[in-house]
Amino acid sequence: MDNKKDVKGFLEFVYEFYKSMKAHEITLVYEGEITHQITKAFTSLTESNMAKDDESGSVQRKVFHVMVECLQNISKHADDFTSQNYLFSGRGIFLVSKGDNEYSVTTGNAVENDRIEELTDILETINRMDKEELKQLYKKQMKEGRLSEKGGAGLGFIDIKRKTGKELEYHFLPISDDTSFFLLTSTIPREFK
Amino acid sequence: METIKIQGTEDTPKIILDADNEIMEIAGRSLPEDVASFYEPVLTWLSEYEKNPNKKTVVNFKLTYFNTASSKILLDILMKLEEMYENGNDVLIRWHYPEDDEDMEEAGEEYSDIVDVPFEQVAYSG
Repeated sequence: MDNKKDVKGFLEFVYEFYKSMKAHEITLVYEGEITHQITKAFTSLTESNMAKDDESGSVQRKVFHVMVECLQNISKHADDFTSQNYLFSGRGIFLVSKGDNEYSVTTGNAVENDRIEELTDILETINRMDKEELKQLYKKQMKEGRLSEKGGAGLGFIDIKRKTGKELEYHFLPISDDTSFFLLTSTIPREFK
Repeated sequence: METIKIQGTEDTPKIILDADNEIMEIAGRSLPEDVASFYEPVLTWLSEYEKNPNKKTVVNFKLTYFNTASSKILLDILMKLEEMYENGNDVLIRWHYPEDDEDMEEAGEEYSDIVDVPFEQVAYSG
């Protein structure tokens, strides 16, 4: 009897979850380890959905770019507690939503608190920059930045801002004394046909 | 010289490095799981080729997508070619981009700003 009640409660939650996904126009949501396989699967799924919706080539390419960089931001930094990287868990939440005027790609993952200031600085710097400044910064990073062991070159955020032309929105929420949840959302405007 | 032929996949580009037939091409999508190890044979091949290059070296880049991690390695490849050019060899980069892809066109322009080597932009349709 109790068990039955639990199941019913759970299924009702699932329905609420479904409705809330619909209300926020979420087309894809995932929580867990973010690997290269997951990156390939999500990008190809989103690509085929966009193709079905006759989305323009340029929007499709931009969404693809942003998804790859966001997913790799998390996956490249798996198990990196001790290194100089900002994001350490390799796990996180990933979601894509599609509204009438734009797509948005959102990631959330745990970061060590002592990285918050640095991350904020980088994101604020990038957000303040105009097209030309971003271009110069990208070139500089490409020339001077070295690939980290896992293949990151510190170019991801710059590339997202350049490709979308939109500021990177972010937020930190406390998890514990040492860690916070880092949320980042990028929007890609849909062109009017 | 040994020829490198790598089939393209959904996340790695097709690569042909064939000195005998004078075909050098990197084409398709580039977001390998491990960029450094994927491109390592290319850089090694170029270092070897550099010692005794053909009279003229034309390298075709025909990428439809590359991630930021790849962009750094592509620059390393281009800088190797720049080195050959600076050593007095005849080198030409042909950067092919889909005609409706401004970002890929701009990426080519940026590379040509950074490296000092003859650089040709080629738009293609479809």
